[in-house]
Amino acid sequence: MTQYRVLPGPEHFLPPSAASMGICLPDPGEAHINGVIVPEEKAYEEAAKQFLMAKVPTLFPGPLVLWAWNEKAAKKATAIRHLYNTIKECVQPGQTPMLIPMPDYRPKYPKINPEVEINPNHPNLTIWHNKIDCCMFIGVHCHQANLSLKIIRGGTSCYTIAMCAQAGHEDAMLSFRDASVEKIMKLADAVKRLKGTVKPRLTSAKNGA
Amino acid sequence: MSKEKIKISEDLYDIMPSDYQDLVKSATYGKEDRGWKDIGNSKELIEQHSLCAGCPESMAFRYILASLPNPEDTVMVGSTGCTSLVFPMVAVHNIHSLFGNQNAIASGLKRALSVRFPGRTKDVVVLAGDGATVDIGLDMTLQAWFRQEKFTTICFDNELYANTGGQESGLMQKGFVAKMAPVGKLFDKVRLPEIARESGCHYVIQCTVSKPSLVEKVVRNAVMIAREIGPTYLQLYTPCILEIGKNSMEGLQEMRDSEKPTERFAYREYISEPAKQLLAEISAKDKEKKAAAKQLASQGA
Ligand SMILES: Cc1ncc(C[n+]2csc(CCOP(=O)(O)OP(=O)(O)O)c2C)c(N)n1
Ligand code: SF4
Ligand SMILES: [Mg+2]
Repeated sequence: MTQYRVLPGPEHFLPPSAASMGICLPDPGEAHINGVIVPEEKAYEEAAKQFLMAKVPTLFPGPLVLWAWNEKAAKKATAIRHLYNTIKECVQPGQTPMLIPMPDYRPKYPKINPEVEINPNHPNLTIWHNKIDCCMFIGVHCHQANLSLKIIRGGTSCYTIAMCAQAGHEDAMLSFRDASVEKIMKLADAVKRLKGTVKPRLTSAKNGA
Repeated sequence: MSKEKIKISEDLYDIMPSDYQDLVKSATYGKEDRGWKDIGNSKELIEQHSLCAGCPESMAFRYILASLPNPEDTVMVGSTGCTSLVFPMVAVHNIHSLFGNQNAIASGLKRALSVRFPGRTKDVVVLAGDGATVDIGLDMTLQAWFRQEKFTTICFDNELYANTGGQESGLMQKGFVAKMAPVGKLFDKVRLPEIARESGCHYVIQCTVSKPSLVEKVVRNAVMIAREIGPTYLQLYTPCILEIGKNSMEGLQEMRDSEKPTERFAYREYISEPAKQLLAEISAKDKEKKAAAKQLASQGA
C-alpha cells in the first residue's frame, strides 16, 4: 500500500505521475480523494466543500464539451453551466467563481490570454494569473488532462478535481469517473446542499493561487 | 463536409475566445469554391504565424490554406523546420512527424483514413521543407511515390536548412555560400521535379508563390488528382529572406526575379495522361455548373 498522497502542490518541477507512485484508479461507483479510493457519494461532498471553500473556484471545460460534436456533449455543456451558476449562487461575497474554456490543446506560444482561456501545456499561467485555488477539469481528453494536472500539482497550490468520462485521473486531488449529465447535476445539488455550511478561505494560498 | 462539425455548445458559446467564434461564424469550411479571394473577407484558417516578418513561407501558407478544396476533411502532415512553427496556428487537422518521415506517416494515415471512413473523401497533404523532403526524408518521399500513395506532397523550397541557421541542402544552388555552409555548394540543385515525374507522380509543378491565383490552381489540381489517381508534387519557391540577406518587403520581388523564363524557378509542369483527363472532366463540370447558375439567374431576373 503506497504512502504517497496526491496533495495540492507546489510539489516540485516535474512531479512524478501519481500512478507511478502506486495510486490506483477507482472502480465504477467509486472515486478517489488524494489518491485514496472512496465511495462516490463522499467525493460529491468533498468536491462541493472544496468549491465553497475556495476563493476562486473554477470550472475548466475542455473540447469534448465545448464543441457540440454530439447531442450528449451539448447536454453536458448545459449541465456545466448549471453547476457554474449554482456555485455562483452559493458562494459568499469575496469569492469569485470562474468558467474558463480549454478550446483545444495546441501549444499557444506566445499568445495565451490567461484571462480567457487555459492551455494544457502551460495551465499554471491561467491559474497564477487568476489566482485560482480550486479547479475542475471536465471534457478534457485523458492524456492532456494527465499532463496538465501534473503541471498544476508541480507548480501551483491549486486543488484539482477531475470529472472524467473514462476511468478517472490519479493526478487530480479528487477524481470522479464515468462522468455524465446526472453526475454533474448531482455535484451541483451537493454544492446547494452545503451552501452556508463551509467557511471560505478568503486569503489566497501561497503559490497558486 | 460542412460547418456542422464545428458547432460550439450553445451553453458555453459566450466563454469561447473570439478566434473560435470567428472560425465558426466566418471561416470557409464547406464552401465549394473557396480560394485565395476569400482572404480578407473571411476568417482565415491560419491564426498567426511565428515566421520571420515578411517570410514568403507565410504567404504560401495563407494561399494554400485558402485553396484546400476540403479543409474540414483534410489532414496535413508537417515536418520539423520553419513550417512546423506555424502548424499550431492552423485550423486544419495536422500531424507533426519526425523530421524526414512525413511521407511515410502520410502513407499510413491516408490508408487508415480510407479504411476508417470508406464512404468519405479524406485528403492528406504533406507540407515540409526542402531539407525534410529532399535530404533526410528522400527515402520516404520517393518510396511513397513509387507505391502510388494517394496524397499530395508540397515542398517549401527555400534552398537550405533555414530553421537551424543555414546549412546546405540538396535543393541549394551550386556554389551558394550559406551561414553554416562556408565552402559553397559543390554540386547542382537536385532535380526533384524530374525525379518526381520518373517516380510516378501524376502532377508535378515547380513555381514560386508570387501569384496567389496560381498557387490556388496548382493546390486544387494537386489535391484532386491525388484523391482520384495517385501521388502529386508541388515544389514552391519560398525564399528564406533571412538567409539570402533580404528585407521583409523584398521576398515578393525575389520570387518574381527567380521565376523569369530563364531562371531556375520558371514555371514548369508535368501532368500524366490520366491526370489530364481528370482535370478536363473537372473543368467541364465546372463550366456546366456555371452555365446552369447563369441560366437560373436569368430566369429569376
Ligand atoms: C531527426 C532530426 N534530425 C535533425 C533535426 C534538426 N533540424 C531541425 S529543422 C532542420 C532543417 C529544416 O530544413 P528544411 O526542411 O529545409 O526546412 P526550413 O526550416 O528550411 O523551412 C533540421 C536539420 C531534427 N529536428 N530532427
Ligand atoms: S528563417 Fe527564413 S524560412 Fe525561416 S521563417 Fe525566417 S525567413 Fe522564413
Ligand atoms: Mg529549407
